[in-house]
Amino acid sequence: MSQLIPIAKITGRPIPLRGNDIDTDRILPARFMKAITFDGLGQYAFHDARLDAEGKSRGHVLDDPKHQAKGPRVALVNKNFGCGSSREHAPQSLLRWGVKGIVGESFADIFFGNCVALGIPCVTASEADIAALMAAVEADPAHDLVIDLGTMTVTYLGARYPVSMPDGARQQLLEGTWDATRILLDALDQTRATAARLPYVAGFKG
Amino acid sequence: MGKSLLDKVWDAHTVRELPAGQTQLFIGLHLIHEVTSPQAFQMLREQGLKVAFPDRTIATVDHIIPTDTEARPFADEQAEGMMSAIERNCREFGIRFLDRSSGQQGIVHVIGPELGLTQPGITIACGDSHTSTHGAFGAVAFGIGTSQVRDVLASQCLALQRPKVRRIIVDGTLAAGVYAKDVILHIIRSLGVKGGVGLAYEYGGGVFDRMTMEERMTVCNMSIEGGARCGYVNPDQRTFDYLRGREFVPKGDAFERGVAWWRSMASDDDAAYLDVVRLDGSRIAPTVTWGINPGQAIGVDERIPTPDSFSADDREVAEDAYGYMDLKPGAPIKGTRIDVAFIGSCTNGRLSDLREAAKVAKLGKVKPHVKALVVPGSQAVAKAAEAEGLPEIFKAAGFEWRLPGCSMCLAMNPDKLSGRQVCASSSNRNFKGRQGSPSGRTLLMSPAMVAAAAIEGAVADVREMLKALKAGC
Repeated sequence: MSQLIPIAKITGRPIPLRGNDIDTDRILPARFMKAITFDGLGQYAFHDARLDAEGKSRGHVLDDPKHQAKGPRVALVNKNFGCGSSREHAPQSLLRWGVKGIVGESFADIFFGNCVALGIPCVTASEADIAALMAAVEADPAHDLVIDLGTMTVTYLGARYPVSMPDGARQQLLEGTWDATRILLDALDQTRATAARLPYVAGFKG
Repeated sequence: MGKSLLDKVWDAHTVRELPAGQTQLFIGLHLIHEVTSPQAFQMLREQGLKVAFPDRTIATVDHIIPTDTEARPFADEQAEGMMSAIERNCREFGIRFLDRSSGQQGIVHVIGPELGLTQPGITIACGDSHTSTHGAFGAVAFGIGTSQVRDVLASQCLALQRPKVRRIIVDGTLAAGVYAKDVILHIIRSLGVKGGVGLAYEYGGGVFDRMTMEERMTVCNMSIEGGARCGYVNPDQRTFDYLRGREFVPKGDAFERGVAWWRSMASDDDAAYLDVVRLDGSRIAPTVTWGINPGQAIGVDERIPTPDSFSADDREVAEDAYGYMDLKPGAPIKGTRIDVAFIGSCTNGRLSDLREAAKVAKLGKVKPHVKALVVPGSQAVAKAAEAEGLPEIFKAAGFEWRLPGCSMCLAMNPDKLSGRQVCASSSNRNFKGRQGSPSGRTLLMSPAMVAAAAIEGAVADVREMLKALKAGC
């Protein structure tokens, strides 16, 4: 069974992904889901926004020479990021591209849950702070950004921004229970008892 | 203060409270398909885990399945690999797999209800965002990712935060030519694609009371497009009448006990809600999307909104949409030329959808420049449609009649747009590239509107065609 890995801090070079309502089809087009593993999905992140029909670069930020840092990355996003399809393939592709944490104005529910299950903290900041962060990063991207789930702050170039996250998810990351399988299996007896109390589980037998 | 259905279902399925406000929630029904499950089974193997409640998971194949042939192996090797994987996984872990040989295969959100697996008061999860469909029965049903599919397989539970409930009341009477699809597109247009984030939508009011179960499914299906975690309608006599006699529904006295319990799970009259939104159904027109998300929708007789009509938040997405769709602000949507017409999907691939589309298909012939597909949502839908002669009507009008599957809704099978084609589609998403071509364009609308567009070769107002039909009678 998996190890408990607490996640309190994410440090990485920031990458700004501007735009509201960026859906998971945009993050990972469906044709790249035709596989029985998640391996190799990193190369397809934002594929159709990055490349035209001839395979030439459209100049997407992921291909911008000034944003090609190696190592862990932190994405900066606007509102309702990850809406649409529940495909975990989308956060898996971002993770494999290098994204270890995301700071945004808001996240779609299923995407947020998928990220927690992968140990990717998604924290929210105010519209003004996201605008300031994106501007700072676009002006000078060559520094590490830090998401601190202990103090609930994001720091970049010496400036600190308050961020939020629902308590449950924050606790899961801090305690290392974000990979929920073990926690859920701990209560298998209670689960069986709950099932036994639900009349439909036994087909409403008298 | 009374309780909402969501709160009753949540409380009944709570295994225990987890730290910091999450609930370990028992999942009554787990539906799986070939796209989002193989990695979950692989994780089980790697972690040495079993499926805890194998009889509470049901599998089918829908996303990648070709609709023009039943031949195996599939021509697409990757699709064949996914098919073989789900066959192997179901065999190894003891899960019932409804493939084509079962006669019960279909889109996962079509077969759940038609087999009676979907019942009021239960929790349902599936690795597919349109799991919200099952809320039509008063189930609490939501889409999950693959790691959560693994969790449900291993433990039959999820760790979740309880959503708050918004009640959406639609009163008034829908005009002829206005369907459930128009109601949900209108709701999303009114409340926005992120209006429902963190919420469950409870749909009520006269329009919902009078809807058939299939119409309720269409609305609940697209709750996710409004940003909601799930959507539901309280169970009523229509729900129970629909369920009676279906394969997985208890029979005899057990059915009566079921009805009593199902009734008890409906929201109390004095239930507390986060807020209540009221909309007037009589003002809803046949609705068409013009942009790149389902909230970018207008009545068929309206013009494409101008940039100054949007909030700052939505303006940028609108500007992106004008360019991608190559549509001009201020131009009418009616008359927009289409290349492809697609009738099907978990939103609108049920018998009543096909019947409504067939009524329109009888009125003319598909324009020669339009490729038109009808893809039933399940083998059972196909069989029922065949018994009524619907395929003959469609074929006579120039539509292709296909085998059941998700098909061109997300184009993971061979049914795809090519290049910049414009598709009038009864599906649920008009995202960039959604229908298989990275530059393809989608206009969402009801199945009857798709049929009308196929015949006109351009976006048309189905109300006018239906009037002609009435006058002709």
